[in-house]
Amino acid sequence: MKLLNISSPHTTRALSTSNVMLNVLLALIPGIIALTYFFGPGHIIQIVIASSVAIACEALVMKARKRPILFYLKDYSALLTAVLLALSLPPYAPYWVTIVATGFAIIVGKHLYGGLGQNPFNPAMVGFALVLVSFPVPMTTSWSAPSELLATGISFSDALGFIFSSREGLDAITSATPLDAYKHQVALSTAQEIYQNPLFKGADQSSIVLAWQWVSAGFLLGGAYLLWKRIFTWHIPLSLLATLVLCSLIFGWDADSYVPTSLHLLAGATILGAFFIATDPVSASTTPLGKLIYGAGIGIFIYIIRTWGSYPDAVAFAVLLMNFAAPFIDQYTQPRTYGHAKPKRGLAAKD
Amino acid sequence: MSTKSLSQISKDGLWTNNPALVQLLGLCPLLAVTGTVVNALGLGLATMLVLVGSNLAVSLVRNYVPNAVRLPAFVMIIASYVTCTELLMQAYTYELYTVLGIFIPLIVTNCAILGRADAFAAKNPILPSILDGFMMAMGFAVVLVLLGALREAIGQGTLFSNMDLLFGESAKTWELVLINDYPDFLFAILPPGAFVGMGLLIAFKNIIDQKIKEREDAKKEPIIAGSKRVRVTGKIS
Repeated sequence: MKLLNISSPHTTRALSTSNVMLNVLLALIPGIIALTYFFGPGHIIQIVIASSVAIACEALVMKARKRPILFYLKDYSALLTAVLLALSLPPYAPYWVTIVATGFAIIVGKHLYGGLGQNPFNPAMVGFALVLVSFPVPMTTSWSAPSELLATGISFSDALGFIFSSREGLDAITSATPLDAYKHQVALSTAQEIYQNPLFKGADQSSIVLAWQWVSAGFLLGGAYLLWKRIFTWHIPLSLLATLVLCSLIFGWDADSYVPTSLHLLAGATILGAFFIATDPVSASTTPLGKLIYGAGIGIFIYIIRTWGSYPDAVAFAVLLMNFAAPFIDQYTQPRTYGHAKPKRGLAAKD
Repeated sequence: MSTKSLSQISKDGLWTNNPALVQLLGLCPLLAVTGTVVNALGLGLATMLVLVGSNLAVSLVRNYVPNAVRLPAFVMIIASYVTCTELLMQAYTYELYTVLGIFIPLIVTNCAILGRADAFAAKNPILPSILDGFMMAMGFAVVLVLLGALREAIGQGTLFSNMDLLFGESAKTWELVLINDYPDFLFAILPPGAFVGMGLLIAFKNIIDQKIKEREDAKKEPIIAGSKRVRVTGKIS
């Protein structure tokens, strides 16, 4: 067999948009499996609702903008937005919450700004923030308790019922999230007392927030896969997590008065946010130094809002706030280009 | 120096130079009180009273106020009209007065009013000034009510609720419930909803303007490719 003599450069071709999106969707699977195992089939149903709404909205907008519909649907970006949004929403939120969030994310968050690549904010987080602000009651009372704490598991038909028709009996399976519970109990009790709560103790009386740890581990695995595939670089997730840990060590070293570091890292949406949401290539910072600053900013905001704000989790608001700042950060962190002694940063007088 | 015809003044106020959609003046009350139709209509009427009155008064005194002190003089005129309006509302629509609260005295600072006084009433006779004030206020009020209706429908799923605050007991039955058991959509009720709704209204106006322009362009004689211009030298009169 004759060996082909291919000339340099020996690089593989750049990943296409649809390829990137599919890889990210693939990387979400371990997390989705963990969520479904521990919290019932709610998230699966939310993903189906959100995906169909997202695809319908995308097709509608493409038709209105007189663009080829199928071509843009095939880049899977709308699908990824929908899945990320569905994973952020409470699993047993009523269906109209999901529909409103997804429709707003795709139509306003993405297409009113000009479509994929033009949106200054992460569309999934735009949709999430909208429903979080608009419907506080369903958004806080639809989180299910881990299945190990429930007498009977949540069947698929039950889940369909909670989401689409009657909310009766939902109280029996819902609970506060660990971050929420800890934050509200820490004012009155010590860490030892809070850990007596079955939410933290688990069925076997030993584990601390086992279910949430497994979910975070699932997303971490997916994030590691994406890092290995070089879908994104290490800068944003690392600086985000490091800053959050640092903040929580400086301000929250006392578990009797603040939420401990382990809960900050593993009990909320931190891992999902750090690897899948903050790394959105469109709305995040793009320069290496800028990515570090951007990630650190999100970490600081997550800690501030979780600790002193009125919302138990804060990834959405933190990401949106730093999305505001990303173009500015990019402007001032341009790397030096080859052939120039100094990097061009900020605006010159003649600009 | 009035060069505008009355119909031109009307068209300016309602559409071409609409204070809310084009000049973007008076956004503070516009965004703050348009949660429901009744609030929007209440503020729209109050603004109308002030704007017509102040344009009339400013036009009357326009030849006697020195240019250097015209702005303080106009603000005093506007402030007295606002005080009158406030007292009138307190007397006849007390509940609406308490709902609108600070935004009634704040009509003084509505730039649309001082803007019209300085830009139009100070340079024009009485009749055009009154018409200008009325049409500008009408344009403002229409946008207020539209935005109020939009936000009320999306935010609470109703239209014309609590109209009795403005029109008395018989208006209680005017409320239209669009959707039963509607969960309050807080985003539309809170200020961010006003910003988004306002943006959509402006975009909608621009689309209409664009369509009108396209239609007019289509009516003009098309330029035929290859046609040549006449070469002229010297002065054309």
